[in-house]
Amino acid sequence: MIRYLIKRLVLAVLAMVAVSVLTFLLFFAVPTSPAYVMCGKQCTAHDIAQTEQRLGLDQPIVVQYADFMKGIVAGRTYGSGELAVHCDAPCLGFSFRTNEPVTSILARTVPATTSIVVGATVIQLVVGVGLGMVSALRRGTAFDRAAVGTSLVGASMQIYFFGPILLLLLVYQLHVLPTPGYTSPLADPGMWFEQMLLPWLTLGFLNSAIFARLSRAQMLETLAEDFVRTARAKGLSRWRVYARHALRAAITPIVTTAGLYLGAALGGAVITETVFGVNGLGRASVDAVNQLNLPVVMATVLLAAFFIIVMNVVVDMLYSVIDPRVRLG
Amino acid sequence: MTQTPAGPHDYAEAPAGGLAVGEAPLGEPGEEVVAAGGKAIVGRSPGQLAWIRLKRDRVALVSGIVLVVMFILAIAAPLISKLYGANATDQHSDLLDTSGYPLGYLGGISGSHWLGLEPQLGRDVLMQLIYGMRTSLVIAFVSAIITVAIGIIIGIIAGYAGGVVDSILNWVIDLVLAFPFFIFCLAAIPVVTDAVYGSRGDVSALFRVGLIIGVFACFSWTYPARLVRGQVLSLREREFVEAARAAGAGMGHILFRQLLPNIWAPILVVFSLNVPSFITGEAALSFLNIGVVEPTPDLGRMINNGTSFLQTDPFYTMVSGATILILVLAFNLFGDSVRDALDPKSSR
Repeated sequence: MIRYLIKRLVLAVLAMVAVSVLTFLLFFAVPTSPAYVMCGKQCTAHDIAQTEQRLGLDQPIVVQYADFMKGIVAGRTYGSGELAVHCDAPCLGFSFRTNEPVTSILARTVPATTSIVVGATVIQLVVGVGLGMVSALRRGTAFDRAAVGTSLVGASMQIYFFGPILLLLLVYQLHVLPTPGYTSPLADPGMWFEQMLLPWLTLGFLNSAIFARLSRAQMLETLAEDFVRTARAKGLSRWRVYARHALRAAITPIVTTAGLYLGAALGGAVITETVFGVNGLGRASVDAVNQLNLPVVMATVLLAAFFIIVMNVVVDMLYSVIDPRVRLG
Repeated sequence: MTQTPAGPHDYAEAPAGGLAVGEAPLGEPGEEVVAAGGKAIVGRSPGQLAWIRLKRDRVALVSGIVLVVMFILAIAAPLISKLYGANATDQHSDLLDTSGYPLGYLGGISGSHWLGLEPQLGRDVLMQLIYGMRTSLVIAFVSAIITVAIGIIIGIIAGYAGGVVDSILNWVIDLVLAFPFFIFCLAAIPVVTDAVYGSRGDVSALFRVGLIIGVFACFSWTYPARLVRGQVLSLREREFVEAARAAGAGMGHILFRQLLPNIWAPILVVFSLNVPSFITGEAALSFLNIGVVEPTPDLGRMINNGTSFLQTDPFYTMVSGATILILVLAFNLFGDSVRDALDPKSSR
């Protein structure tokens, strides 16, 4: 187990390095002049040269990459003399457009994104998995049909359509919810909850549809297995078999999928935040992309990759914990 | 994978094994045996069986018809535009009120503009939808074809060659899977556009479409590749491959004439599920203003434009959203039916 974990972690670090190299190449070697891109259209040749020098863009690409990596570990200082800006230890770059380290943009926007993702994940696990399990147990009933039909449509529904529908209905027409946004739960928990409810419902219900389909299929598959019949034949009650035997076997792939969804959650958050105008990391990255604010985009891509890779390892580990049939080697 | 309790229609097919009971003989050459019930038993290939199952599936029928209608609309868009009397780009500003909203009800529905007009610009919504579908379908289909083609080639090579080649390709697949697909598309498209066009301004629509297809293909070939690799691994030790090898067949022959025909079914399924996911992916990019650029009509961008008028003219967002939903739902349902038809044992 420990050996497997170490091997897995080494591979994960290698993957992270490879992703960072490729991303770095895309952002700093592909554009003809990253300094021009970052500086903007109103920059003079002098400004561009200055930006280039401050960012170290006049250095060879390998040196630039090494500097970037060093910045993450030890922090770095951009430029020299009066123009010098310091960027503290986990330095993911410096946004010259907004004149602040990328980390402070992240610190400002990550809480909103985390709120959305965590809330939606809770909904998708409770509603989605619950719905799937119940409809598997009540297979063929009206409830099952309704659940299957709803989740079928839900799985084809998109955030950018469902979001505006809910927004129109609940905010603009019925006025039951305030316009979504982010208020710190520490400052005003009630407001935080009310403003977050719409993003949660949107993202949560759409993901619920996918999880309902998955859990229904898994549960049906498990219920048809011999060990379930054996347990019933031993004289265990129906619910004991469902809760103790079938659920445990059916839950493994659901946990895997949930983990991978959590790892890739930033992709969904981008659209949710844009639909509802929540100032989270997703929206910040779309803005950065539109302004070609490369350091911010680069940091977002790396962060997103980091989560995917970490969740992959976590899921693999969880797998062996939940399902004793899985042997890691 | 174990089998779920089979539904009633699965039981009808259960004794199949190449044979189907009932149904009038389709005029196929082959042995006809009279079964106990007096009905003829006809030998049929797995492909024919799948086709029969698909034809019996009502969901497949309905979603298939919807798809065919949408295809025809998209292909015949210029013709429809001529018959209908409006195109996707003309601005009918005379039909808008002073603040730019269409006159009349439900976004300005009228005899000459069946689904009303776009707020502010006054373009015909129906024609924008039809041309938008065309954009969507072209991008999704071309991306899916390229994705599956790359997947097949890499998968076959990895599976058949094995050893070091397989390990390297597997590592590349793992690496590509570690990329945050959507975020990376989002980031790569403007950067590459900028690298090619720089400050020259006007980006050609074709370039942007090509770029979207390219990025989609770059990051989506991994799934079909894995699938094909797995299939090839299990097939390559089978007798018929050995026989071909013994008969002196070259590698190309074995790969593409012996192995490939045996793995079409899963490839078809992957393809049919790839298309809707590219449709939604492209619409999502355009929704974020990073996809197809004006004036090429696009469904995702229509929704994005519509959200600014959500309070004043919600109809515009609703029609474009509903079009994407119907398109994606029809593809997903049809894809599921294709899978069920090709592999009746599979469960959802």
